[in-house]
Amino acid sequence: MNERDTPMLRAVLAQAAMELRLLVRSGESLLVTFGIPVGILVFFSVVEVLPTGERRAVDFLVPGVLALSVAATGLVAVAIQTAFERKYGVLKRLGGTPLPRAGFLAAKALAVAAVLAVQVALVTVLALSMLDWQPQGGGLAAPLAVLLGTLATTALGLLMAGTLRAEATLALSNAAFLVLLVISGVTFDAGTLPDALAAVGRALPVGALGEALRVAFDGGGFARGPFVALVVWSVASVAVTTRTFRWEP
Amino acid sequence: MTDAAEPAILVRGLTKRYGSLTAVDGLELQVAAGETLALLGPNGAGKTTTVECCEGYRVPDAGTVRVLGLDPRRDARRLRPRVGLMLQEGGVYPMARPQEVLRLFAAFHADPLDPDELLERVGLSDTRRTRFRDLSGGQKQRLSLALALVGRPEVVFLDEPTAGLDPAARRRTWEHIGELRAAGVTVVLTTHLLDEAEQLADRVAIMDRGQLVALGTPDELTHGQRARLSFTAQPDLDLADLAAAVGARVEQPRPGRYVVHAANDPQLVARLTAWLASHDVELGELQAGKRSLEEVFLRLTAEEDRT
Repeated sequence: MNERDTPMLRAVLAQAAMELRLLVRSGESLLVTFGIPVGILVFFSVVEVLPTGERRAVDFLVPGVLALSVAATGLVAVAIQTAFERKYGVLKRLGGTPLPRAGFLAAKALAVAAVLAVQVALVTVLALSMLDWQPQGGGLAAPLAVLLGTLATTALGLLMAGTLRAEATLALSNAAFLVLLVISGVTFDAGTLPDALAAVGRALPVGALGEALRVAFDGGGFARGPFVALVVWSVASVAVTTRTFRWEP
Repeated sequence: MTDAAEPAILVRGLTKRYGSLTAVDGLELQVAAGETLALLGPNGAGKTTTVECCEGYRVPDAGTVRVLGLDPRRDARRLRPRVGLMLQEGGVYPMARPQEVLRLFAAFHADPLDPDELLERVGLSDTRRTRFRDLSGGQKQRLSLALALVGRPEVVFLDEPTAGLDPAARRRTWEHIGELRAAGVTVVLTTHLLDEAEQLADRVAIMDRGQLVALGTPDELTHGQRARLSFTAQPDLDLADLAAAVGARVEQPRPGRYVVHAANDPQLVARLTAWLASHDVELGELQAGKRSLEEVFLRLTAEEDRT
């Protein structure tokens, strides 16, 4: 141990706090991560206009909105923030500090986890207290599904941020978010979509996460298909991202 | 602590290529502990590539680089806490404020400087809560400098620390770099400003097209081998007549700039001014003995141009 060695825990926590402050400081990011999911949940629970199948709107919506929250953070907010950090040379500059890359990634993960915790708390508390949501289970399967979904969407977001121009990441991540919102059965039963499109939606991370959560909250435990999809997405996206990510502008 | 005999920075046969372009070509360089070295050269000379090899951002294609006896990439974990750096791009979150960024970087180090005192020292106290993107160019550069210094580095790399600054801001930055030198910190800075190199550096390394073309103290570089006198006046004087009058060969390397190839003594100056007076020619500048660093620089880099 050298007296000049980096105080690693302090460094990672300081970096995580910085990441979190910046995420919260961006109004657009707050709108996507909190505004849109909560807005969808409240509006469509109260106004039952969506084809949500036989179940009550809130029971259908909570899993989808949680999946959407995860995508909003990982695929949109983190992707855009990181893309511009790369563009402005922040990632390069941090690479010249004693904070190692692993420490940097840990800090980003902590910031994502913090945002996610608030999102999940907001959605579930709102649904339980005001919208009479009654989950039948999911204590184990749901957190695991959210974790996998976060890993997959964040890795996909970073894949864009680390390879594309920042402006392209901005456009593509928002477009992807919109497409996923429509085809992943988040706000309405994917059964009303053409079969092929619905199948694609279920295979993508948001659809798979929504389905995994829906089964879990219905008391069905681990839904095999969706979990397999989530694991495949997580492994593949992490593998591709770690191989292609460029730190320099 | 570094052994006094061991150089703080050692560059041996450094070669770095980008595709078919050789950015740095067999560079040899040593920087002593506590020394300030200026890497001077035109754009594309390989200054930034050299510095980025020392910082661990680039992997050399050939040769070795050692900073404080360590390999910038392999030993990054041990080296980074001891090195401060300033990139050409600001590298700061546009939405972040100077105070929080400086505190963040301080948290990366075991025994950092006090961030608030440092902000005061670089004159950013009044803007410590202004977002980075709203700072002026000079303020951004000063924050970048503070970020390089907050960890009490033993070696500092500054890539064009005064680029885009007005003269007053440049002078303030020079003062900070001068303080580093006084504190015994090893400094490597790149610049294409001759007066900056002359003002700050113990030694100047002039680079062109990836190669070292001259290395020495500013005095060594500006003292030519041949005694000479140079002056400026209206262009296209009668060189043969002037040469006969002063008793030495006279050249006009650039229109209006003349070089008299003779030992500089008072009689020579008297003969020159007498000739100018009799021809009613107004004298611009007169420089004896010492060439300006600009002359050295232009001559060295121009020679390269012809090859």
